[in-house]
Amino acid sequence: MPPERDEALWLTEEHRFSLAELAELAGLSEAELRELADYGAIAPVDPGASQWVFTATCLTTVRTASRLRASFELEPHGVALVVSLLERIRDLEAQLAALRAQMPRRVR
Amino acid sequence: MKYKDYYEILGVPRSAGADEIKKAYRKLAQKYHPDITKDPAGEEKFKEVGEAYETLKDPEKRAAYDQLGSYRQGEDFRPPPGWDSQFGETGYSFEDLDLADLFAGLGGRHSAGPRGQIRMPGQDYEVTVRVSLEDAYRGTEVELNLAVPEFDEKGHVRRVSRTFKVRVPKGATDGQRLRLAGKGGKGLNGGRDGDLYLNIALNPHPLFRVTGHDLYLDLPLAPWEAVLGGVVEVPTLGGTVQLKIPPDTRAGQQLRLSKRGLPRPGGGEGDLYAIVQIVVPAAASERERELYKQLAGGSAFNPRGHFAEAKHAA
Repeated sequence: MPPERDEALWLTEEHRFSLAELAELAGLSEAELRELADYGAIAPVDPGASQWVFTATCLTTVRTASRLRASFELEPHGVALVVSLLERIRDLEAQLAALRAQMPRRVR
Repeated sequence: MKYKDYYEILGVPRSAGADEIKKAYRKLAQKYHPDITKDPAGEEKFKEVGEAYETLKDPEKRAAYDQLGSYRQGEDFRPPPGWDSQFGETGYSFEDLDLADLFAGLGGRHSAGPRGQIRMPGQDYEVTVRVSLEDAYRGTEVELNLAVPEFDEKGHVRRVSRTFKVRVPKGATDGQRLRLAGKGGKGLNGGRDGDLYLNIALNPHPLFRVTGHDLYLDLPLAPWEAVLGGVVEVPTLGGTVQLKIPPDTRAGQQLRLSKRGLPRPGGGEGDLYAIVQIVVPAAASERERELYKQLAGGSAFNPRGHFAEAKHAA
């Protein structure tokens, strides 16, 4: 099924892409995506399913992977490693931002 | 056409070998890659560095570039006579051409270029869009100006300025990505059109702090409001609401206003948390002082009781 057109879509956990859609949108081959999944950079919703589907947030990850691969001529394991570390940084930054948001700011 | 000194951009001498060029590129790319750096100027720098490397890493392009001659960075110049026919590309008007587009055209000669019959998907565009919290709450329309490459009928690439009007639906929060299918560059020879990706960045708000789709608001209370409880007016993105303060409310307590946060893309809303702060007047009046003295005399409250408990426990 081709990706839907002409529509604004939030890349969130709720929306799903098939392996083929994800590959087309990221400009990577399905084999490259499988390798990213093997190295743990992305995870299908159900790894045991015969047809893998991914949450739309994975598109951001694989687009980053695609850019990093092209810019640094990295091999798949290197890409997966960098992407996983970037994800961890993003998670930590989100946690830090959440803690900061909960800190009272100004007492008049 | 404006000259760009690709050697200067990469910080290498004109005599640099392929390895030296690669190393210089990698160091700079690592510093400025938009997926790695937080430097807002990084993206522009990375484009420059990438453009320089694209040309200098390819021996044929590098030779063509070297034949242009050497000028000052940004200087207006024209390629020497016969340059375009030597490198197989004629029919350029060099006046408003970007150097990068010229060399992208050269690449097209060797690979399956835009004029070939191979289906090529259009380029994806990715932009960071700053929106206010109010606009994220209601949904908004933003106008984007992007310099995008376009091919003319001869297959020559040229950068043109395009304005996009984009609807950002409700559901945005900081760091969220929106994909607009088919709004990127045009596909060639039946290839699909590229997509436009928006990275949403929320502007800081004077009152609300955001995490995910939840909002946090500092709620200052006078000591008597905290002790006695009552009803106070609290601002929300949807307008002012009345919030019940329970008696004996303490500083730091979070009072949750359910569904008063940002709308979520999949439906529903985040919550608004009011964080209680107990504040005293900057300068209390005589009368207030008198009342506090009475309170001090009549209260057995020891706010530091746990200091002594901790000492005994140690």
